[in-house]
Amino acid sequence: MTTIETHAGEGRRKASALAGGLSPAILTRATKDAFVKLDPRKLTGNPVIFATWIVALLSTVSAVAAIASHQSAGFAVQIAGWLWATVLFANLAESVAEGRGKAAADSLRATRVTTNAKLIIDEKTGTVIPTAAHKLVPGEVILIEAGDVVPTDGEIIEGMASVNEAAITGESAPVIRESGGDRSAVTGGTTVVSDWIKVRVTASAGNTFLDRMIAMVEGADRRKTPNEIALAVLLAGLTLIFLIAVVTLLGLGKFSGVALDPLVLGALFITLIPTTIGGLLSAVGIAGMDRLMKHNVLATSGRAVEAAGDVDTLLLDKTGTITFGNRMATEVIAAPGVRPEAALRAAVSASLADDTPEGRSIVELGRNQGIVIEAPAGATSIAFSATTRQSGLDANGMSWRKGAVDAVYRSLALDPKLIPTEVTAAVDRIARSGGTPLAVSENGVLVGVIHLKDVVKPNVKERFADLRRMGLRTVMITGDNPVTAAAIASEAGVDDFLAEATPEDKLRLIRSEQAKGRMVAMCGDGANDAPALAQADVGVAMQTGAQAAREAGNMVDLDSDPTKVIEIVEVGKQMLITRGALTTFSIANDVAKYFAIIPAMFVVALPALGALNVMHLHSPQSAILSAVIFNALVIVALIPLALKGVKYRAIGAGKLLSRNLLIYGLGGLVAPFVGIKLIDLIVSALGLA
Amino acid sequence: MNWQGWAEIALTLGLAVAIGWPLGSYMSRVWNGERTWLDPVLRPVEALFYAACGVDPKKSQTWFGYAGALLAFNLVGFVLVYAVLRLQGVLPLNPQGFAGLSGHLSFNTAVSFVTNTNWQSYAGETTMSTLSQMLVLTVQNFVSAATGATIAAALARAFIANRGEGVGNFWADLVRTTLYVLLPLSFVLAVVLVLLGMPQTLAAGVTAHTLEGADQKISLYAVASQEAIKMLGINGGGIFNANSAHPFENPTPLTNLITAVSIDVLGWAAFFAFGRSVLAKKDIRALVVAATILLSAGAGIVYVTETQAAPALVAAHVDASVNMEGKEVRLGAPATAAWVAMTTGASNGSVNGMHSSLMPLGGGMAMFLMHLGEILPGGIGSGIAIMVVMAVLSVFVAGLMVGRTPEYLGKKIEAREVQLAILAVLAIPVATLGFSAIAAILPAALKGLMHSGPHGLSEILYAYTSATANNGSAFAGLTANAPWWDATLGVAMAMGRFMPIVAVLAMAGSLAAKPKLAPSTGTLPTHGGLFIGLLIGVILILGGLQFFPALALGPIVEHFQVLGAVAQAH
Repeated sequence: MTTIETHAGEGRRKASALAGGLSPAILTRATKDAFVKLDPRKLTGNPVIFATWIVALLSTVSAVAAIASHQSAGFAVQIAGWLWATVLFANLAESVAEGRGKAAADSLRATRVTTNAKLIIDEKTGTVIPTAAHKLVPGEVILIEAGDVVPTDGEIIEGMASVNEAAITGESAPVIRESGGDRSAVTGGTTVVSDWIKVRVTASAGNTFLDRMIAMVEGADRRKTPNEIALAVLLAGLTLIFLIAVVTLLGLGKFSGVALDPLVLGALFITLIPTTIGGLLSAVGIAGMDRLMKHNVLATSGRAVEAAGDVDTLLLDKTGTITFGNRMATEVIAAPGVRPEAALRAAVSASLADDTPEGRSIVELGRNQGIVIEAPAGATSIAFSATTRQSGLDANGMSWRKGAVDAVYRSLALDPKLIPTEVTAAVDRIARSGGTPLAVSENGVLVGVIHLKDVVKPNVKERFADLRRMGLRTVMITGDNPVTAAAIASEAGVDDFLAEATPEDKLRLIRSEQAKGRMVAMCGDGANDAPALAQADVGVAMQTGAQAAREAGNMVDLDSDPTKVIEIVEVGKQMLITRGALTTFSIANDVAKYFAIIPAMFVVALPALGALNVMHLHSPQSAILSAVIFNALVIVALIPLALKGVKYRAIGAGKLLSRNLLIYGLGGLVAPFVGIKLIDLIVSALGLA
Repeated sequence: MNWQGWAEIALTLGLAVAIGWPLGSYMSRVWNGERTWLDPVLRPVEALFYAACGVDPKKSQTWFGYAGALLAFNLVGFVLVYAVLRLQGVLPLNPQGFAGLSGHLSFNTAVSFVTNTNWQSYAGETTMSTLSQMLVLTVQNFVSAATGATIAAALARAFIANRGEGVGNFWADLVRTTLYVLLPLSFVLAVVLVLLGMPQTLAAGVTAHTLEGADQKISLYAVASQEAIKMLGINGGGIFNANSAHPFENPTPLTNLITAVSIDVLGWAAFFAFGRSVLAKKDIRALVVAATILLSAGAGIVYVTETQAAPALVAAHVDASVNMEGKEVRLGAPATAAWVAMTTGASNGSVNGMHSSLMPLGGGMAMFLMHLGEILPGGIGSGIAIMVVMAVLSVFVAGLMVGRTPEYLGKKIEAREVQLAILAVLAIPVATLGFSAIAAILPAALKGLMHSGPHGLSEILYAYTSATANNGSAFAGLTANAPWWDATLGVAMAMGRFMPIVAVLAMAGSLAAKPKLAPSTGTLPTHGGLFIGLLIGVILILGGLQFFPALALGPIVEHFQVLGAVAQAH
């Protein structure tokens, strides 16, 4: 596992096919698509916009009839036009949201291999015949050499190669892929840059990771998520209720002596039904998937993104996520009678030849305290072995050793009773705090103890505090013993930890959390993580990980950054918040629309109702037209919000709700009063109604 | 307006909540089958019922079985009432010798009493025999109230279940609510009312010799016993046509206070009982607070409108500071204002003044409180059930804004719940607006109206609102005993009753099967001021948006016309 910064992905923007913003080309295509989507068959899934489509059609018929019978048709034409605009704006929102995905899919398609693969037909002689990539069948073995593009997904069975995976991940630095273990998977579309590998094909044509990736980013098989369905049901219900409220006005109006123009009733109906959220609903969902893609994460379904917003418990692997993954020296404690500087100097000398991360960290510690030592010429390095359990350096008749405390004691033949209590105490303290003590000797004399520690990454504590405010519990998973685990858990500020964890323990923990009614997210890369990834509600597999893990999870992180789970949860929450905010805004808008249209409809027959014209709109016709125009324009105005999403703040549910209610509830109540009045001023100034 | 008036309204509303609170915890024990202090007396009686009917009260039914039992029980009740009313002329206990009722009136009345509506297209004292009043109508007053309570009991079980199947046993809920709650309380209230001067007799009545020398027959009946369940069961159907404005049904200001309080007592008790049964007292108290705020606002608005200048009085140069038309002088405007709000907020339907004579906005408020879905506090159990539906809808829309799939009381709110919640609240606009729109243009229907113009429209709207909301109060002015009105109002009552019941029970079935989730700090808190405000907003916007256009043509335009008339009179 490579060292990963906590905020990976933010600092280094990748040149992946998934990144990239809205270009004019995308917008042009989206505008074209908006017209294509006028086909009513494409609208049946969206009852609100479908209803708008029908009313737009009816009002067009009424406008045409008015023109044909030489009546004044200006008002009818304008209403019909704005109703069509409402449908178009809703379509535009969806096609703009889809635009980026489609562009990304196109560039991914370009990387699909058309060249021939080298199919091995005789294992012994290694004879290969060129075969078209799409004709490869799972189980066949192919040879891939330096410079070749990997034709399809597979498992390395022999060899090792460095592979450039930029086509998939956007990361141009090649990675090592080798047979055996968790790094044996290769992905079609990537390029072998050195050496050769024999690969057993694991995916059939059309079923490769790249194919699935294209389908995902394009949203080809985008299905409505459970919450989207629930919201669509609510919107359909509201549409039905308003249909009743408007249609029954025919009878009630007749009783009251009001002659109601069907065109006006249609306009009232469209302004009352939640066209704003109805028009933006699918765009919000697509944009949510899209935001994940910008984080270089691929979700297999929108359902998984939505589930991410609901996660209660986050399982995080200690190594690589919470800590840097390598123990580092943080201090050297001198034995009694030894100057601290001398002890440190000895520790550094003992580590000069040690190329392990621990050894380097000791040299680094010395350098930070002003001790820079070069290995003397002719020095002999003493390598670590399983039997001696220590390493060191011999030079100029001097010798330095460092190693496991008991091993050093034994090699120095120290009587345990003669070991200074200060040293014993230091060793105990280090072990209790979850660290690893190393004893250091110089010329056969014990000079001090090195404190090696699993260093927690900077900022993780703050991030976990954020998560706690979001309502998420974090559980650290580690193979360490409980003492070490507890120390790191408290330093990192996680809520709980699972020590000496086996893959089975992980699975058991997920199940027990789920039984308590909690949703669990985790990330993993090993083949043995696969069952847990499949069991978790949100399972994020690392792109560099084992094939089994990538198939078990419902998301793949192309950056292979385990901390990404946090961003994923935020994207999930953001998607739900955006839907809720737009729904609230949409419904709150209705109040103002009533005050615009109701007096306009009835004022001629019942002048007393003119009192309800609180906005003092110019005329009944301008009032109705202004409401319809506002209703259409508000969709366009909110497209950026739908695509960008309402910002999620980890401030607790209560505060978040009051904040969003204030903005979208109260704002939704007030905004249309202002908007309709302004439009009315323009409409009447232009003499449109 | 004066402070005594406000104090009287506050006392009436407040007492109901205060008494409902402890009663709720008793009611919850009854629903849960826990021990109560009445057990020694009532357990054997209860067991007798189960033995006689072959019911195992411990056997939990699925929502479908529960709903089936409920509908079957109500259907049998309907047939029984219909038969007795048709055959009244040949049945005993008919001292006044009243004839059997017409087919359409029997249909309407049977539906009305089975659905806990108690809409009366007839005048009781000149239509109903003692047998009809006591055997069928009073029995339905008990069991229709208990039927409403059962759905809250079932819904409560659904919320505490963790991947469960059953929602309880309908028969046990019905028997226990009737036996442990309605009967004892009605008995106590009836005795109190008798002590306060209410008639309670099987005699036909007395004959009074008037000053003009004529003989006047005054019907008496067993008023107190019927009055008790009429209020406690949130039924509202009076023995006398004038209902609680009649001196026999409401002799003194004290009986007025007691009966007004008893309209809401069990409705509130069902709220508190639900809270105790779902182990979420805090969350349900928030619903009580929201409902109380709305109800108080309603009563306050009626009090304000009724203490404003009425144009006819201004024109006649009399004291126009209080609109006393249609009010009992011995009770006064505050008592009427409180009653108007309580009877319409609680699906009771009794009146102590004539709603048609309220100022336009006062009458409009009475309609609007019913449009909200009878949740303030509504019928026993049915009120809290629909209030929970409102909370579910609020949580669904607003809950998204905290970034989680919405959940209420530990249950996820998903497509099915939203669908059923919509179905539960759909009956009111469909039946109210649908039938009103047809009646507004149908000559056969229009014959029954007393007024034309906005007030005539209010008569139509009020009738269908009252029927669909299972309220039963009348606006007066409408002659409803005609085939069109009897039939359509009957259908409206049935829709308004059984659509929500089936939807709520189906929702209970769906919720019961879900895992019970543990709340976290990311969960939307469903108690506290913010949620109360949100809930009130959703209730008002949902109710207001549906009915604003119709109300604009009725009470709202009439209000502005009256304002104009007052200005002219000055």
